[in-house]
Amino acid sequence: MSLSLLLVQILNGLQLGVILFLIAAGLTLVFGVMDFVNLAHGVQYMLGAYLAVMFYGLTDNFALALILALASALVLGLLLEFAVFRHLYDRDHLDQVIATLGVILFVNQGVKFLWGAAPLSLPIPEILSGSVVLMPGLLYPVWRLVIILAGLAVAALLFVLVTYTRVGMLVRAGATNAPMVSALGVNIRRLFMVVFGFGTMLAGFAGVMVAPILSVEPGMGDSILILAFVVIVIGGIGSIRGAFLGALLIGLVDTLGRSFSVDLLRLFLDPSSARTVGPALASMLIYLLMAVVLFMRPAGLFPAKGR
Amino acid sequence: MVALPAPAVQPRLRWSAEGIVPLVIFAAFAALPLAAAFGAKAYILALFSRIMIFAIAAIALDLLIGYGGLISFGHAAFVGLGAYAVGILSAHGISDGLIALPVALVASALFGLATGAVCLRTRGVYFIMITLAFSQMVFFTASSLAPYGGDDGLTVQSRNTIAGFALMRDEQSFYYVVLGFLVASYLLCRALIGSRFGRVFRGARENAARVASMGYDVFRYQLVAYVIAGSFGGVSGFLLANATEFVSPAYMSWQRSGELVIMVLMGGLGTLYGAILGAAAFVLAEEWLSGLTEHWKMIFGPLLILIVLFARGGLVGAAGRLSRAKP
Repeated sequence: MSLSLLLVQILNGLQLGVILFLIAAGLTLVFGVMDFVNLAHGVQYMLGAYLAVMFYGLTDNFALALILALASALVLGLLLEFAVFRHLYDRDHLDQVIATLGVILFVNQGVKFLWGAAPLSLPIPEILSGSVVLMPGLLYPVWRLVIILAGLAVAALLFVLVTYTRVGMLVRAGATNAPMVSALGVNIRRLFMVVFGFGTMLAGFAGVMVAPILSVEPGMGDSILILAFVVIVIGGIGSIRGAFLGALLIGLVDTLGRSFSVDLLRLFLDPSSARTVGPALASMLIYLLMAVVLFMRPAGLFPAKGR
Repeated sequence: MVALPAPAVQPRLRWSAEGIVPLVIFAAFAALPLAAAFGAKAYILALFSRIMIFAIAAIALDLLIGYGGLISFGHAAFVGLGAYAVGILSAHGISDGLIALPVALVASALFGLATGAVCLRTRGVYFIMITLAFSQMVFFTASSLAPYGGDDGLTVQSRNTIAGFALMRDEQSFYYVVLGFLVASYLLCRALIGSRFGRVFRGARENAARVASMGYDVFRYQLVAYVIAGSFGGVSGFLLANATEFVSPAYMSWQRSGELVIMVLMGGLGTLYGAILGAAAFVLAEEWLSGLTEHWKMIFGPLLILIVLFARGGLVGAAGRLSRAKP
């Protein structure tokens, strides 16, 4: 376990963390403001990636594909909101879970129907491909740094929006006590449309950003959605700050756990059992972390105030 | 002092839907092998064994969701643990049900105890997400169990014997073993709900604070119910591994948990026998639609949304509305 390897894995962990944040941010606000459990949020991430691949194929220009993919992800998201989600806000969580599960089944299969089950890929834009030397002997792909920086920039933007704008104030108020905000004359449905649309775009953006480094395949949104749940549970529902810190924590713990669990276990166990136990333990790590956090703080580390 | 009128004695529910429907269901299951003799018997028996196996897990889930208001979205983890108990024991040459079933029960009960103690500290959306996350934990752990097949799963050498007798080897006797487990599960859950324990558990759904103020430790009651429901999941997994003679992490994927919740919702919450009908409806719909097109989920997904939006109360609720609509 050398220092440069550790540094690389920390960067990888940050990269996973900011992607998780982009997904968790929209999810946590939708929960916070409307008390709406949207299992289909991961679908937006998948659609973002697929749309980027499709538009890149049509335009051969990454920037254009990014913009078109975000716009159409937004349109599809609002379409889903109009057709399905809108009718579920007054229902209990069970109904919401099952109906959004229906949306997942439909969209996952629809994607398979349109683009086939085989994984697709998106090339990294020419200027941003290649690697940079971070330290002597340590090369790191530029694109992954771009993801980290873009994620941090979005987080900063979101922080400013939520903290200093009028809409942001309403969102915070909505996450604290939605009926009260509604009673004060704010059209909470419209506020929710804004939040939902924004969350949809963030998830789509995450999908576009990871498309060049992961395989674009049906169901890619489901596993990351569950990680985003863990992030939200750890951070506290409705809290952007909680989502950000929780995402970085999960990203780092998961990545470092996977890379170093075998090496660490070798200090206590013989190599062959370390190789068997290590991966199993590494994949349990974030859930154990979640269990510990919940045991100490049932409402998460940074719950939205007043809940 | 005015003497209070004696409370009207509720007639026993023996002849209401509550009593008749399960009897009809079980009779139909019991008679099926006779009717199936005219068709593709092995196929029909295997299909309905699968329905009953899922029904056992779904009944237990209905106990949690329908009676306790605890929306567990990770019930497939228990099924998977039960199945892996059979698979792992068989890989070590132990293939008797008298060992495998208790191991399956203990494994799923312990998992229920450990995770339930954490999950039940939370409410609502948190509970849904945490049960889901814990089931993912088991899923990924099973996927990384290289000695037991990892992602690919492992083949069970042969069906479990019971005390040395090959009771489950023949498709028809296996069918009746499964039916026996289903009837026993149903009766146990029914008895549990009718008991004093069940009344406290149901009361906690309506108003946890009030039940707590009456001196009951709500957390403890819910934890016991969670462990019991998990153990039934383990039984279902034990039977599933024997039915398919194969064990894989896919048994505990979150989609499988979702399917179990769908079964409960399709049948009708809080009836127990609704869960059996829901399991049958789900498996038959899957079988039928996937025969029509490989993209059957594009039909099933929207169907699910329509069921949620328009068919409240599931099959049982719809039947109730129909019978009430009659003059």
